[in-house]
Amino acid sequence: MPDISPAPPVQDPFPPDRFAGPVVQADQLDVRYGKNVALNNVTAVFPTGAVGLLGPNGAGKSTLLKSLLGFLVPVKGSMKVLGLDVASSALEIRERIGYMPESDAHIPGMNAVTFVAYCGQLSGLPAVDAMQRAHEVLYYVGLGEARYRNIETYSTGMKQRIKLAQAIVHDPDLLFLDEPTNGMDPKGREEMLELIHDLAHNKNVNLILSSHLLPDVEYTCDHVVVMDKGTVSTCGPIAALKGSHGTVYELRVKGEQDRFIEVLRAAGYEVADTDEDVMRVFVPGGSHHGPKELFALASRQQIQVRHLRLSMPTLEDVFAKAVGEA
Amino acid sequence: MPIHDQGYRRYLGTRSAIGGSWQVMTRAGVMALISKRQFIGLMLFAWAPFVVRAVQIYVSATFTQASFLAPKGETFREFLDQQGAFVFFVTIWVGAGLIANDRRANALQLYLSKPMTSAEYIAGKLTILLVFLVGVTFLPAMMLLLTQAMFAGSLTFIANNLYLLPAITLFSIAQVLLAATTMLALSSLSKSSRFVAVMYAGLFFFTTALFNALRGITGRSSFAWLSPSASLEQLGDVIFRLEPRYQLSPAIAGLAVVVMIAGSIWILTRKVRGVEIVT
Repeated sequence: MPDISPAPPVQDPFPPDRFAGPVVQADQLDVRYGKNVALNNVTAVFPTGAVGLLGPNGAGKSTLLKSLLGFLVPVKGSMKVLGLDVASSALEIRERIGYMPESDAHIPGMNAVTFVAYCGQLSGLPAVDAMQRAHEVLYYVGLGEARYRNIETYSTGMKQRIKLAQAIVHDPDLLFLDEPTNGMDPKGREEMLELIHDLAHNKNVNLILSSHLLPDVEYTCDHVVVMDKGTVSTCGPIAALKGSHGTVYELRVKGEQDRFIEVLRAAGYEVADTDEDVMRVFVPGGSHHGPKELFALASRQQIQVRHLRLSMPTLEDVFAKAVGEA
Repeated sequence: MPIHDQGYRRYLGTRSAIGGSWQVMTRAGVMALISKRQFIGLMLFAWAPFVVRAVQIYVSATFTQASFLAPKGETFREFLDQQGAFVFFVTIWVGAGLIANDRRANALQLYLSKPMTSAEYIAGKLTILLVFLVGVTFLPAMMLLLTQAMFAGSLTFIANNLYLLPAITLFSIAQVLLAATTMLALSSLSKSSRFVAVMYAGLFFFTTALFNALRGITGRSSFAWLSPSASLEQLGDVIFRLEPRYQLSPAIAGLAVVVMIAGSIWILTRKVRGVEIVT
């Protein structure tokens, strides 16, 4: 008799929500290295999706990630990752996250596929599944053809990819990526960003990307947390943060540029100086009179405006504002 | 379709319970070592004294003229003393790079970002060393005891020397724990396995030389506690119910061994961390 039972429902290979709610919550976090304060009263919420952790070198980004992993014990404050308290459930958290460290890291004496499978087993996968997934993720990160080579013979770019592979082999709910494009050539960097973008937006992997490279964060992330000197300077959706700035104008003048910048700042404008004698002037809110006001100010200072162009606000503007105000 | 679209999918299989990662580490470490022919050669060579002793037991059990070769309680003590040389070489071969290589390759942060505590990491590494050290101490000593019973065709010797079972066990534990924890602690202090090997050999020879120098100067052997190997020898004599060879209280010898092991574990707990803090 033929089987007439209904076919099982097709399972979506990438269900949209792995974890509902903020993936990371830090509350009044203080972390110190001896007497040096690394994180100072950090309070931040990282929503689901791709979140950029942006800041200059020494801002405390890596320290925050290491605290979330339980490597560093805060002197004050609390942290939750995937709804679990870091202080009491570090192992349960680590079972569900993947970590790609900033520095070169591998397990010596192993080829790529053995290494990635080994990492999968350490994360709780059975040996057979770990090996199968190791092959898959190595192809995914573009190391399929080099998977039987000893990792110590890999180039810097390949080492970055293998670090990503070991971080995703166990299919984590949350990925911590610490400076993932460090030391990569432009093509490799582009491919790495493509992978991260794909993981976040097509594979629905929540991730926190720590970087000091604004374009990397802007390309891959939807939200951003900007850190500076151990504190959170600003945070929110990138689109909203860029929008809240009002209008940006690129301006080039003939005359005393430095004096004009001071005049603009005195008049309440935010000004960012660029490398090519072009300043970016932020006109707050939705004012349409920005150009007129700029021309008037220049005229009063007897400065000639040579170039004025409406520009799109970038993450760089958000970053400059956040770090500048910190 | 880009190739990466074909390669990543959700994992819907089972996951093992937290707490078993150290076994994965041990298995991988042991497999890596036994895949090396030279190391297998060393392990086989470490069983050469067993073969010699087994022949001795066979001859004494078979030929009455050779009954003077029959094993006594102290035969097993001597055997374990002889194995000390192999303990030294196996410890260096297996142990020098166990943590040092991980530190060199920044692997600690990878290990500890997995569901694994630093205690599990240490347990996993320690077990690799213990497996091979037990393989050159406890295992051949017990095999020798069984061989004696087999060739003699009776359990009389074992029954008359029943203390040998706990004595071999206890002394082997002390011997392998002392070597393994000391080596692992040294391995956690450096990124170079060669340097660790030199440090271990240096510690072994320097402390022995210091003890012998003090013995030569003072004419007394009460400084045996300065040398871990001399302390272990003294402890071994007591465990095997033999006359202690040094003028040192067995309690102090035992304490020296315990302090060495505890100190090594303390170093390990301080050094095995996901992040190295330099202040």
